[in-house]
Amino acid sequence: MTNAATDTLSVVVERDIPFPAEKIWRALTQPHLMEEWLMKNDFKPVVGHSFNLRGEWGGVLDCEVLAVEPNKTLSYTWNHTHEDAAYNLKSVVTFTLTPTSSGTHLRVEQSGFAPTQRQAYGGARAGWQNMFAKLEEVLARTE
Amino acid sequence: MPNAHDVLFKTLADPTRRAIFERLCRDGEQTVAALTARAKVSQPAVSKHLAALKQAGLVRDRHEGRQTHYSAQLRALTPLVDWTRRLAGFWEARFDDLEDLLRRMDQ
Repeated sequence: MTNAATDTLSVVVERDIPFPAEKIWRALTQPHLMEEWLMKNDFKPVVGHSFNLRGEWGGVLDCEVLAVEPNKTLSYTWNHTHEDAAYNLKSVVTFTLTPTSSGTHLRVEQSGFAPTQRQAYGGARAGWQNMFAKLEEVLARTE
Repeated sequence: MPNAHDVLFKTLADPTRRAIFERLCRDGEQTVAALTARAKVSQPAVSKHLAALKQAGLVRDRHEGRQTHYSAQLRALTPLVDWTRRLAGFWEARFDDLEDLLRRMDQ
């Protein structure tokens, strides 16, 4: 339950896209293209670069590039500081691109949720993955 | 109004409290004494954790004679599941826009 491999809660969304990884990579890393599908930004594909994602709703995400492996992996922090701690978020977003016969398999994982205080974040790190893995199963059983 | 996710995360952030809750999920209704026997903390500590779980709507208590029985309220977890579903929905929508953009981009 405190296993390092399972110490965060994460959401994964995957999709097969009929375009080559190189093209998707451009959309993931060029600011003017990122703006079209994600948010306004001052991103640079450089590890350690700090940038903001600005949502149409006025929210600003604080991000830092963690990993860049062209056409394969892109990872950055995705943190949101809000005056109301209940809306705070500390997470990491990782995109993974894998070539397929018809294009590219694109996977995004957002992990390490901390919707609130440091204490809750500790809790999330301590075992949310396990907890969450059971949730849907448990809820499905009790429908 | 307190944020439902906030309350749930905070309540379940404590490993001991989460262990008690998981035990109730797994093994069904139990008394404080039974829970204490398998916890690594004292009965007052277990009672305190149960009170916090009850306040978050995660457990229900039932009095029978001098014993209080506790059971897990799994429906209280629904906001957590909804929340992650919403986040997954966010990325699905972003991927829709990404595909739309890719179709418009030059090779």
